[in-house]
Amino acid sequence: MDFLRPASWEEALAAKAEHPTAVPIAGGTDVMVEINFDHRRPAYLLDLNRIGDLSEWEVGEKTVRLGASVPYTLIMENLRTELPGLALASHTVASPQIRNRGGVGGNLGTASPAGDAHPALLASGGEVEVESVRGRRMIPIDAFYVGVKRNAMEQDELIRSVHLPKADGPQQFSKVGTRNAMVIAVCAFGLALHPETRTVRTGIGSAAPTPVRARAAEDFLAAALDEGGFWESGKTVPPSVAKQFAQLASGACNPIDDVRGSAKYRRHAVGIMARRTLGWTWESYRGQERSASCA
Amino acid sequence: MGVTRTPTDLTQGGRTGAGIGASTLRPDGTLKVTGEFAYSSDMWHEDMLWGFTLRSTTAHAEIRSIDTSEALATSGVYAVLTYDDLPTDVKNYGLEIQDTPVLAHGKVRHHGEPVAIVAADHPETARRAAAKIKIDYAELPVVTDEASATAEGAPLVHEMRDDHHAGHVPHPNIVHRQPIVRGNADEAAKRADVIVSGEYVFGMQDQAFLGPESGLAVPADDGGVDLYVATQWLHSDLRQIAPVLGLPEDKVRMTLSGVGGAFGGREDLSMQIHACLLALRTGKPVKIVYNRFESFFGHVHRHPAKLWYEHGATRDGKLTHLKCRIVLDGGAYASASPAVVGNASSLAVGPYVVDDVDIEAIALYSNNPPCGAMRGFGAVQACFAYEAQMDKVAKELGLDPVEFRQLNAMEEGTIMPTGQPVESPAPVAELLRRIKAMPLPPEQQWLAAGERADVRALPGGLSNTTHGEGVVRGVGYAVGIKNVGFSEGFDDYSTARVRMEVVGGEPVATVHTAMAEVGQGGVTVHAQIARTELGVQQVTIQPADTRVGSAGSTSASRQTYMTGGAVKNTCEAVREKVLEIGRGKFGTYHPAWATAELLLENGKVVTDGGEVLADLADVLEGGAVDLELEFRHKPTEAFDLRTGQGNGHVQYSFAAHRAVVEVDTELGLVKVVELAVAQDVGKALNPLSVVGQIQGGTTQGLGVAVMEEIIVDPKTAKVRNPSFTDYLIPTILDTPTIPVDVLELADEAAPYGLRGIGEAPTLSSTPAVLAAIRNATGLELNKTPVRPEHLTGT
Repeated sequence: MDFLRPASWEEALAAKAEHPTAVPIAGGTDVMVEINFDHRRPAYLLDLNRIGDLSEWEVGEKTVRLGASVPYTLIMENLRTELPGLALASHTVASPQIRNRGGVGGNLGTASPAGDAHPALLASGGEVEVESVRGRRMIPIDAFYVGVKRNAMEQDELIRSVHLPKADGPQQFSKVGTRNAMVIAVCAFGLALHPETRTVRTGIGSAAPTPVRARAAEDFLAAALDEGGFWESGKTVPPSVAKQFAQLASGACNPIDDVRGSAKYRRHAVGIMARRTLGWTWESYRGQERSASCA
Repeated sequence: MGVTRTPTDLTQGGRTGAGIGASTLRPDGTLKVTGEFAYSSDMWHEDMLWGFTLRSTTAHAEIRSIDTSEALATSGVYAVLTYDDLPTDVKNYGLEIQDTPVLAHGKVRHHGEPVAIVAADHPETARRAAAKIKIDYAELPVVTDEASATAEGAPLVHEMRDDHHAGHVPHPNIVHRQPIVRGNADEAAKRADVIVSGEYVFGMQDQAFLGPESGLAVPADDGGVDLYVATQWLHSDLRQIAPVLGLPEDKVRMTLSGVGGAFGGREDLSMQIHACLLALRTGKPVKIVYNRFESFFGHVHRHPAKLWYEHGATRDGKLTHLKCRIVLDGGAYASASPAVVGNASSLAVGPYVVDDVDIEAIALYSNNPPCGAMRGFGAVQACFAYEAQMDKVAKELGLDPVEFRQLNAMEEGTIMPTGQPVESPAPVAELLRRIKAMPLPPEQQWLAAGERADVRALPGGLSNTTHGEGVVRGVGYAVGIKNVGFSEGFDDYSTARVRMEVVGGEPVATVHTAMAEVGQGGVTVHAQIARTELGVQQVTIQPADTRVGSAGSTSASRQTYMTGGAVKNTCEAVREKVLEIGRGKFGTYHPAWATAELLLENGKVVTDGGEVLADLADVLEGGAVDLELEFRHKPTEAFDLRTGQGNGHVQYSFAAHRAVVEVDTELGLVKVVELAVAQDVGKALNPLSVVGQIQGGTTQGLGVAVMEEIIVDPKTAKVRNPSFTDYLIPTILDTPTIPVDVLELADEAAPYGLRGIGEAPTLSSTPAVLAAIRNATGLELNKTPVRPEHLTGT
């Protein structure tokens, strides 16, 4: 195995162009496990740790540009307001040591349905900035996950950053594992309220071949909130709406039975998490509305 | 010696009074938490090769051929060995039954069985070369449970059994069967007002020690080999290794290297013989280190079990009878299965008085992974079932579960189902009283911090699954009984060598035993005992090796009793010698030398009245006292093969738990909030270590209650989760507050009155957690671990 250590982004792109099978490594959360388990013996490892730009983030007026290697710990510490869903998801990634090394780029590169960041990214919405020697392009997160552990990237491309809208409303993230910390998701759910557009977005992890949105649930909820004037009134969402939302979220799952959990349980749990995260985000929205009107 | 890193120097200073009963600190504690301790996997030798084991990828198959030519031709490879290369006629090993091939012969019987070994100059080279070995397997049908193992025409896991259990088992796929019959359970059942039965399933637990199997074999000029290894019993290893190598035992010199946990998983051999074979073949030192994946195949696991129980009781809450059948799955090789059967059957009733019992326990041979020793050893599975039953009976009778247990609790003088009287304190009712009396943790602790729910105090923890929704609290109780020491007539002894001499004008003691320090704290306790018995401050604990007699196994909660007892025993003999020397030198100076009870204290010979007669330095000037003696507990008997009667056990250990859980009833997630323990330890030689053992055992029991299980595919007998990604053990966020109430009621037969303590807390922890979850949910829950699916009906 050859170890490539480009000093700059341009060198990294050139190396990836020359060796399209080279596996990029930053924190190593996924790659090192695969190597340890002997699941993968890439001919080249492409170490991105010398490229400082990847570990930086910029908070703009409307969006956050988050470098692919910004460690989860820093997301938790610095972007809780701008990216609350992703910050919550970051909390559930592995252990403190791994959160100090791992970043969103790794989750996106592996594109495992169990990646903790995905439901939060889907719920937030945003774009993945990828680049190759041929040029740069932005892949909408909704079009990024294309199959089991497959994403929409070309072989010569590298992930540079993700561009995420700053939260315009409450976001939540919830993940079921059979341990109270340091556990791979049995299933996960992300929910973001977008009051500015009067929409909601969701993300489901580990309950389908790819991370998915529960679009029917989103559409139903957005319509229900809109028709009932809930955004304006800040009234409590009726249990019947929450229940229907939960059922539709369950219905968006296409899970399997495996050692981590049964398909039936995953569907069930996603529904529960959908209902609960709706309760938390809506309560939070109502609270903000109230404090805004008091001011 | 080219070994640059050997076990840590364990010289321990000690303040005066750092004898027994003091909480002296572990000499290796700081090194371990700072990452400086040299574990067996850290060893290094110039010119050493790396060994790698090629394991079967299938559970049951005939080996038609093995082609090693391509592997051998790989640059950097020094040796590739298969069954055909074994040097002597001894090609199997085993703790009790020598049924385990050093390398597979003709067929493989379980997933992950060693087939070939490779030595190369780099671990990656060895691994790649092994991947080039071509094995032609012809798949055979697998047996994976009692029904398939004993079905007509079932494939036999071992075709030609000639072991000492073969003659009395009902089927060749049953390793051992132990009935225990006392009184007349059928007759007694007629007196019962209620009869409660249940079927219970205990999953396969892994020891999950953190330091994987590893060691270094160094060939010696005399044709022998020096083996540095992490193990639980050096001399048991030696007895199994030497014949396979064709060497006399004195040419296989073993030294314990840093052990990263054991819990029973190092009782059986792993890489020992393989490393020695490769070292002797290549003439070079060979190191083998398993990775985590291989470790799951490199050691035996806790027997999964199916248990059927029937209890009867009268309306006033007295047990009338018990019938039970316990089926343990021993997997492909016997390992410790016979002894596990003995424990499961003889302790199947639990710490209760029941005069009329009909018990049967068996262990199967199957194509599942081999199972053997693990902390609690047969008593764990039984305790899970009988404690679930005790709750069920109490409920049926409308009695409080703790009071019902107390009504039936055994005590000193109780006759065990084996006919053996309990000859030392058995404070079962008192332990239950104590845990029940402890204050309960406050309700809804997640609200304590302020406005926001503290998710760490909730089921799901950091995964943020609930802020209190669906959460119900439950409380459950359990108590257990574990035997201490090796039972059933085994000649269980330990050896200690103690030397006392003057160094730099100070009297010092050196303690040398072959005891495997696996984390239990023997190295601390031995120094404490030497200080107490010999009145010295400086004690050196020599590295454990085979230059001294056997210390027996670090298992069965026996080491403080047995090797601690041996150290005490030898120290007493050394003290007598020292006093004899003193009398010879100074006896004429003071009449007390002849008339008083003399003690060694603070470096001096003193009378029991406290008068100083001499400095030990002066007594010992000019010569050392050096003795090596064996120590035995009282002998035990085998259990009768038909009735199970016999004085089979040495001592018992009792612990009781109260579990408090919060269950998210909608998501089926559990947070154990508190696990309170009360345990009788006889005498706490090192109270800090005692609490540590109890908390550790409790946590291991919690693990199996809510998450730990090796999942084996019932169709293929292949292991599905051999990793810490999918075999989950508790993190600190899963570990509750564990208040410990230590009771010290002396067992007069034991050194200092102590009781072995390491296993008992593992027993009752699991059923207490299960009881608490049942209490919270109202569900039956007859299986470990409890999974979210069980709690949500999904």
